[in-house]
Amino acid sequence: MTMATSEPLRTAEPKLLRSFRLAAWLGWQIESNWADPFLFAVYSIIKPLSSAAILVVMYSIITQADFQAPIFAYIYLGNAFYIYVGQVMTGISWAVIDDREHYKTLKYVYLAPIDYPAYLLGRGVARFLIGSFSVGITILFGVLFLNLRIDLAEVNWPLFLFSLLVGVFMLAMMGLLLAGVLLLLAHHMWGLGEAVAGALYLFTGAIFPLEVLPSFLRPVGYILPVTYWLELVRRSLVGQVAQAFPTLAGYTNLQLVGILLALTAVMSVLAVVVFRWCEGRARERGLIDVVTNY
Amino acid sequence: MEFAIKTENLGRIYKIRGGKKEDPKELVALSGVDLQVGRGELFGLLGPNGAGKTTLIKILTTLLAPTSGRAWVAGFDVTERVNEVRQRINMVSGGESSGYGLLTVRENLWMFAQFYGLSSAEANRRIKALLKVVGLDDRINTKSSDLSTGLRQKMNIVRGFLTDPDVLFLDEPTLSLDVGASRDVRRFVREWVDQDPTRTLLLTTHYMVEAEELCDRVAIINKGRVLACDTPANLKHRLQKDVIYRMEVSPLNSLGTAPFEALPGVRKVVHRPQDGFSVLELILEKDDALSSVVATLTSADKHILNLQKREPTLEDVFVDLVGYSMEEVEQAEAPEASQ
Repeated sequence: MTMATSEPLRTAEPKLLRSFRLAAWLGWQIESNWADPFLFAVYSIIKPLSSAAILVVMYSIITQADFQAPIFAYIYLGNAFYIYVGQVMTGISWAVIDDREHYKTLKYVYLAPIDYPAYLLGRGVARFLIGSFSVGITILFGVLFLNLRIDLAEVNWPLFLFSLLVGVFMLAMMGLLLAGVLLLLAHHMWGLGEAVAGALYLFTGAIFPLEVLPSFLRPVGYILPVTYWLELVRRSLVGQVAQAFPTLAGYTNLQLVGILLALTAVMSVLAVVVFRWCEGRARERGLIDVVTNY
Repeated sequence: MEFAIKTENLGRIYKIRGGKKEDPKELVALSGVDLQVGRGELFGLLGPNGAGKTTLIKILTTLLAPTSGRAWVAGFDVTERVNEVRQRINMVSGGESSGYGLLTVRENLWMFAQFYGLSSAEANRRIKALLKVVGLDDRINTKSSDLSTGLRQKMNIVRGFLTDPDVLFLDEPTLSLDVGASRDVRRFVREWVDQDPTRTLLLTTHYMVEAEELCDRVAIINKGRVLACDTPANLKHRLQKDVIYRMEVSPLNSLGTAPFEALPGVRKVVHRPQDGFSVLELILEKDDALSSVVATLTSADKHILNLQKREPTLEDVFVDLVGYSMEEVEQAEAPEASQ
């Protein structure tokens, strides 16, 4: 094989960007690999709507279908945006299991000269996009059929977009942390991302204010950045409705942004440290390319 | 001499967890390995399954940390300068069907080429050229899930060569390939190294012919230790003063090899039971020792069906060093061979 060519052999693209871009491309190829695009679209719509429907039915029975009450918007939006928690965290952490156990490519990806954390974050992009579609559909359904009141002119768009951006980054870092843990775990732990997302559902004020929890459990919610992110997203969309609930009513938007940024920074440092430690342990124990076959 | 690979007293111990009440057991996969592979060399690691070949490759490719000693690849420490090592290497493991099944052959290879920073045009040019070499060019747009294990293996071999690494590691590359494909791969491997004196290739195999045919030098490894390291010719030269016979006899059954090994002038005996007869591989100090072997067979009422004097092979070198054939070692250590 001759290597002579008039074009440059190597690109000047930074390693970090290259790793992220290629992983995002791969993730999209995997996630969108449905034989029938129509079925893919139906699945992406029906799954989140079914999940929301369960909640709406329960709410309807308990409140005798009082969809005008402020708590409905609180619950419905919290539940809708919580879709991101499962999608982004699982999308990133699942890539470890998928590459190692299913495609058996982890060792080849890992020993390539890429930035592996950036690769994992890139693998989560497809799930983020699918999650965004689901969130949008869920909210649209609420507005059209359940009298969910979102006045587009009243929406605090800068706050919404900023919160969404920081929140997704924060969830990605949580996904990276879980990905590190999965480097040390066997195939049967594939659902770790969803399990953690499920557990956090109770502690982040997604569907009820933290005051509903026993007092000794509330601190769990207060140290989780997801709690502040959901509150900010709700406030940016429905303003005073969200502020009517006791958990974070005493805080201004700016204070909440500050707390979210600080906790996101802490989470990011924690994620990188835990990931690097787990990666080192996986190399020490020879787990990078071990197919567990569970 | 400039070394592409160097190891000093390299060791690796695996801790195997037993039951909840059992203490973890230790499995020594590598012990005190000292190797130097020169730049431009095609170097072979020859040993039975479970000998430590894959463990050594995993350490050299930064997938696994050693528990003792040090190793350098392309001049960089594999534990401290991981990024520098990874920019200069690639690896292919045989006998596995890795790859993103939903991507086509071209997409799989293109993505990995991009991981190494190759431009898209250069990646596509190399993909076409290499697929032609391995006879996979007509499947370039086939989803890799639709390929047989052997064809997937060919795709992975292309993936390894695609980035034109300074040091390429091939772990049993011809496993699961048919005879013709194995021959083509061996020929390409040799040509690839010969084309550019800066390219180095480390190959593990348990096929004697592969090591003998391809490698400039071979290290024979068993139970994690390097027993000998030299050119195939020099390794075989160790046995030049010995004489080697291959003897087909009526089934030995319970007679075994012990009566022959006790005979004066008999250095090593390997027994391979076949369908309806037995094969004895004899390493003798002198031709004279053959008469006592024949006498022992006759007294045990065994008949000689065929007798052939032959030149030593690497298999004989292995038997001489270990005391058993590679086949016997693999059978004896089958449960431990997973590392």
